Amino acid sequence: MHDLLQQLVNGLSIGAVYALIALGYTMVYGVLRLINFAHGEVYMSGAVVGYYVAQATTQHNLPTWLALPIVFASAMLACSVLGFLIEFFAYRPLRHSPRLVALITAIGMSLLLQNVAQMSSVFGPTPRRMPPLIEPRVVISFYVGQAASPVTVSNLDLLSFGLAMLLMVVLWWIVTKTRTGLALRAVSYRFDTASLMGINTNRIISFTFVLGSALAAVAGVVDAIRYDVKPLMGLMPGLKAFVAAVLGGIGSIPGAAVGGMLIGLLETMAKGYISSAYGDAAAFVVLILILLIRPSGLLASPAAEKV
Amino acid sequence: MPLLEINNLSVQFGGLRALSGFNFTLERAELVGLIGPNGAGKTTAFNVVTGVHPPCTGEVRLEGRSIVGLKPFKINRLGIARTFQNIRLFGGLTVLENVLTAFNQSLTHGFWGTVLRTPRHQREDRHHEAQAMDLLHTMRLAHRWDELARNLPYGDQRRLEIARALATKPKVLLLDEPAAGMNPQEKMELMELIRFIRDRFNIGIWLIEHDMKLVMTICQRITVLDHGETIAVGTPSQVQCDPKVIEAYLGEPVS
Amino acid sequence: MTNGPMTALPSESRLSLAQPRVPVWVVNLGLTALLAVLWPIDRLMAEYMDPYFLRILVLIGINVMLAVSLNLINGITGQFSLGHAGFMAIGAYTTGTIMHYWRPEGPMIPVAIVALLILGGVFASAAGLVIGIPTLRLRGDYLAIATLGFGEIIYTLIINTEYIGPLRVGGASGLHGIPIVANFFWTYAGVVVCVVCVWRIAYSAKGMAFRAVREDEVAAAAMGIDTTYYKVSAFVIGAFFSGVAGGLFAMYQGNLDPAGFRFMRSFEIVVMVVLGGQGSITGSILAAAILTYLPEQLRFLSGVWRMIFYSILLIGMMLLRPGGLLGSRELWWTRRRIEPPRHPVAS
Repeated sequence: MHDLLQQLVNGLSIGAVYALIALGYTMVYGVLRLINFAHGEVYMSGAVVGYYVAQATTQHNLPTWLALPIVFASAMLACSVLGFLIEFFAYRPLRHSPRLVALITAIGMSLLLQNVAQMSSVFGPTPRRMPPLIEPRVVISFYVGQAASPVTVSNLDLLSFGLAMLLMVVLWWIVTKTRTGLALRAVSYRFDTASLMGINTNRIISFTFVLGSALAAVAGVVDAIRYDVKPLMGLMPGLKAFVAAVLGGIGSIPGAAVGGMLIGLLETMAKGYISSAYGDAAAFVVLILILLIRPSGLLASPAAEKV
Repeated sequence: MPLLEINNLSVQFGGLRALSGFNFTLERAELVGLIGPNGAGKTTAFNVVTGVHPPCTGEVRLEGRSIVGLKPFKINRLGIARTFQNIRLFGGLTVLENVLTAFNQSLTHGFWGTVLRTPRHQREDRHHEAQAMDLLHTMRLAHRWDELARNLPYGDQRRLEIARALATKPKVLLLDEPAAGMNPQEKMELMELIRFIRDRFNIGIWLIEHDMKLVMTICQRITVLDHGETIAVGTPSQVQCDPKVIEAYLGEPVS
Repeated sequence: MTNGPMTALPSESRLSLAQPRVPVWVVNLGLTALLAVLWPIDRLMAEYMDPYFLRILVLIGINVMLAVSLNLINGITGQFSLGHAGFMAIGAYTTGTIMHYWRPEGPMIPVAIVALLILGGVFASAAGLVIGIPTLRLRGDYLAIATLGFGEIIYTLIINTEYIGPLRVGGASGLHGIPIVANFFWTYAGVVVCVVCVWRIAYSAKGMAFRAVREDEVAAAAMGIDTTYYKVSAFVIGAFFSGVAGGLFAMYQGNLDPAGFRFMRSFEIVVMVVLGGQGSITGSILAAAILTYLPEQLRFLSGVWRMIFYSILLIGMMLLRPGGLLGSRELWWTRRRIEPPRHPVAS
């Protein structure tokens, strides 16, 4: 029981990060029907920016309550700009091209960003630890049953989960309660009609990328604090977050959130109960299963093709 | 035994009843029309007959044999061909190639024959190309045989779709709004063409159309659908005067 | 339909443009002669050619096989496969592990090579079947991701396997010490067989069915084409040759690193197909040659800069010329209007 609960805690904590990244994938797919392969690298960029800003704040001896928001905000800002630029220069010209072409461009962009980050003038190939902003501390701990050690929840767990929840609520509010959010949903249903209705689709799409990138930036900083920063850190989380988005129903925002949590839990359980080597493969197995059983995902309704 | 027989067909999409209690028969060399306002269920009927959608209840029989639940390609091989409301040509293939796809089902050589280019493979290839060109000549498309289908003018595209369907050597031909988007001259030619096809190839033709003049002129019988229900069946003159039909199209009379 | 006198064949249809203008038996004879002449060429090259260039030639050959076989799946049938390296891995490890264990001598070597290459291809085909059937309903992006996932699963299985019975697989540290018996001859024999097979399939009545599936599956089904059969066939045939290419790779490299069979490898093959033009077989051959040779030329750049150059090249190519070098044409075609054949019933 203790193991199960601990894994639940860990799983949700990891899952929250996947959810944040997955939201970016799902929103972009919803409006553009494009799998933004470069999204994982946006998450990585958030970590890198966070690293440098954290260094600066540490140098100036800023207290944590001031430094942390500055780090998050700068990462979000930088990644929003990055996301906007990627869409503007690489995806927008291909708006009406075959999907494979856009997909290859996305993959190429992903490769480009990975390797730019590996340049020593930018970051370099070796992993680096974030300057200490938060002391990892156990915040909640409780004993369950006969276990020798308690189930622990650390402040980092709370940070990642809490931030994710907060941001998802904000996103939900934006998408459902604002005019822009309504336009976003219109564009994701029917692109051509939306533009005929006077919606500036270009602006909405840029907005989508900006939003998704900001969320990925937060995920990046959280993981940077928790683990470390390396230029290839976007690969696996990016892929897993994509699986999460598909699991929840790609194009569905609550789906991405649910999918992210589920993937986090599944991965943690796979690592715990099978072996850590198969933890990564768990995501792919889930992917295949979902695509075979219910490709539209858990929360979306299957769309039929009109003949 | 009728060529095509449909009994008590019902199709439901979620809460929407697309077809209820639909009955229909078609004989060889008959030309029958299916009309009704938009959304009446006409294309749904075609889709069920060709195996695209399964029905909820009901029977569809081709020459006495039930075809419900069979996959579309099987149904085509048994003898039902169709055209589509929104033209579904193979745009990246040429006119000749579009028609050639129909002969795939009569290939007897397998992959080994293809790779080794056995005499049988070559014979079949030549035979099929000749048959395809013959058909294109009949349909007056032979002069465009090497053009990409997507580059054809609209009227030619519709005719190519019909030619392609005919190439599968069907017993029953389903035409889904073949005159859509045509000018009066083209419609005249189409009417001639449809009658010619019926007579030349001795097949049953079932036609969905919105152009009343065309339907009334060439169809021997007409079924009228509205909201999934059959509201009238009969000859053109009978259907024209049926008050329910008039109501369905024009609304209730002002009293 | 009329069963009248045979119409003169359209002389310049795409199908007939792809046929040689000599009888088939002559072509078949010519191909056999080509295969025969490869052996002395190989001996000459081993003697006189700079081993570095020879190596590049062999690698080009392997990549040609990979690109052409993928083109059948992606370009001609329109199925979006991002896991081709997985098939290559299966072929490579099948051939590699058995070769490693068996270590044939003398006259057994050619027998072993042919037998194991075919075996590797068959196993890869089986994987193609396993992947092809369940993914039938998926389209576009979903199929791409599913194949990507399969490729990664194959990789995970490999790195977690040390031994299969008596055969050493090597797991994450790779398999070393495979007898190096593949050379220019075997590689290009494979290339000839692969290209001829794929070409003849693509430009035939069956090829028409593959293309119909690519253009519009619903319409293809309405024309009596068993789309399931053709989609799965594309995977099976494509996987077979990918497996053979993998086997050749194993027997040429002498060792296998599982990390070289991951998504990046699949992606490189996809780039070759797209650069050459999807549906263009000669395009894939050209692109495979260029993209194998180019990184070697750029070796003066460090790894990171090379990748940056490569990715910018890729993005630029997509933005400027997404159809690739040849589009869907083959190398020596031009699109021109030809007089239609004369027909007994004059129109």
